[in-house]
Amino acid sequence: MTFEEPIEKWSSGVATVTLGATASEGGTRCRKIDIGGATTLPFLTFEGITPNKPVIAMEVLDCVPSDWPETLIKPFADVVGKPGEWAAKCVSQYGAEMICLKLEGIHPDSEDKSPDEAVKVVEEVLRAVDVPLVIWGCDVDEKDNIVLPACSQAAAGERCLIGTAKEDNYKTLVASCMADGHALIAESPLDINIAKQLNVLISEMGFPLNRVVMYPTTGGLGYGIEYAYSIQERGRLAALMGDKMMSPPVVCQIGQEAWNAKEAKATTEEVPHWGPAEDRGIMWEAMTAVMLLQAGSDLLIMRHPKAVAMVNQIIDMLMSKQQAAK
Amino acid sequence: MIIIGERINGMFKAVNAAIQERDKATIQDLALKQVAEGADMLDINVGTATEDPVGAMRWLVQTVREVTEVPLSIDSPNLVTVKAGLEACSGPKMINSTTGQDEVLNNFLSLAKEYDASIVALCMDEKGVPVDVDGRVEIAMRVIAKAMEFDVPIDKLYIDPIVLPVKADQTGPGKVLESIKQFTMLSEPAPHIVIGLSNLSQGAVERKLINRVFLAMAIGMGLDAAILDPLDTELIDTLITAEMLMNRTIYSDSFLKAYRQR
Repeated sequence: MTFEEPIEKWSSGVATVTLGATASEGGTRCRKIDIGGATTLPFLTFEGITPNKPVIAMEVLDCVPSDWPETLIKPFADVVGKPGEWAAKCVSQYGAEMICLKLEGIHPDSEDKSPDEAVKVVEEVLRAVDVPLVIWGCDVDEKDNIVLPACSQAAAGERCLIGTAKEDNYKTLVASCMADGHALIAESPLDINIAKQLNVLISEMGFPLNRVVMYPTTGGLGYGIEYAYSIQERGRLAALMGDKMMSPPVVCQIGQEAWNAKEAKATTEEVPHWGPAEDRGIMWEAMTAVMLLQAGSDLLIMRHPKAVAMVNQIIDMLMSKQQAAK
Repeated sequence: MIIIGERINGMFKAVNAAIQERDKATIQDLALKQVAEGADMLDINVGTATEDPVGAMRWLVQTVREVTEVPLSIDSPNLVTVKAGLEACSGPKMINSTTGQDEVLNNFLSLAKEYDASIVALCMDEKGVPVDVDGRVEIAMRVIAKAMEFDVPIDKLYIDPIVLPVKADQTGPGKVLESIKQFTMLSEPAPHIVIGLSNLSQGAVERKLINRVFLAMAIGMGLDAAILDPLDTELIDTLITAEMLMNRTIYSDSFLKAYRQR
């Protein structure tokens, strides 16, 4: 008997979501970016195709970060507090393909910025860079519900990715994204059932699933990454087996989770036997990203330029196998 | 779960009349209704009343194909009628069905290969339907080996343990359930396992109740395809729930709705 490779056949795949609108589509972005679309588990080139490579969006804050360690602040020291310049530096100097604007400054416990102030920041960043944009709220429902619709409107036609919508707070944001032509982040608390239920609810409002990106919540390396991994993997398997309600691509908060770990944050003086803080933090972020790439993440939100460069290199390597297999 | 709609069958009076009068609208309406209610495939059976089964099969297949692209299950024990159906059927198709006798199996498997069709194999041979589980498993084994010989891929093979009316033999359903369980272990990957559900409740009063309870039990054993009535909403709800309970679909609070939105 000849040996047969145990190759899985899948009946379906991950949905493709397009982010960013060019001038011809009514936006001002230099290009649009497709994410998702794979018909296989991540990078198994012999089982299916991965038409679009995973993309990294570099994180930009609308305020001065309060809890970023020195290692992380250093590359952005000249631009923190100036979101437009910060975003421009990410794109021109660090080659960012997308920017994720995090509206931390609107949080009531932070600077409690008004919707008008947030809109100004969104407009500033849209002017400063021409890559597709993610706009991420502050995770306080009442505040997000007044700020995000204003930002959505200000960025109308740009096909941004805006979030997050949650099981008990999705209607306002769904309506905004629908009206202004944006894509939507659907957040669930590391719970595959809720992830699916939320997609059902969102699609029942008439919002197309091919404009939804799932955020199943990210666990950082050492802080629940295994759980995040298995939830993502299970979701991907369901999508491949034809569960349309689990087909949207997945976004991960790599930087936020990795740099929250004490292993990334602690200074060299605090724990000399862990090695230099700079290398450690960057590696922590890169490792978190690489692992979740294997789980099936399509969009990674990251912070440190060196970690971004490292992960981009690995993505290119994994995707070159795909090219060779074609 | 692969749902094969059973309604286009000459045994039903309305369908028989439509065949005789070549009434396309009735047939096409039945096809579309079944697909709308979740049928992944449609069974096409001319029944026994018609004098020209070959012509009737050809007409039924073409009539259904005009309105839907879902795979069609060409249902007849007669090789000539099946061949006519396969020829008339563009797109994906299935042969329903062969039995386990060598000669019959050879003929139908080479037809499956020729037309790139899936095929249902009934667990019966020249001695009829085996009275026990072992006899069914033995035939299934033989069918799998033969399919390999004919180069028909395992994912195109549907083994049918044969469901007989519970009213005639109350020990039958239990044996079918045990057979299903054993079929799942015959090969890796396992073949599809299919039943013709409605036969179970022939002549019984509580037909729908019997059908849906047994369907849930069979899904628990590993059944992954069934020829049934997709227009029976409670039956489909039961099927969806059993699939969810077996962890084949991901739970959500609106799992019935989510399944139907696939």
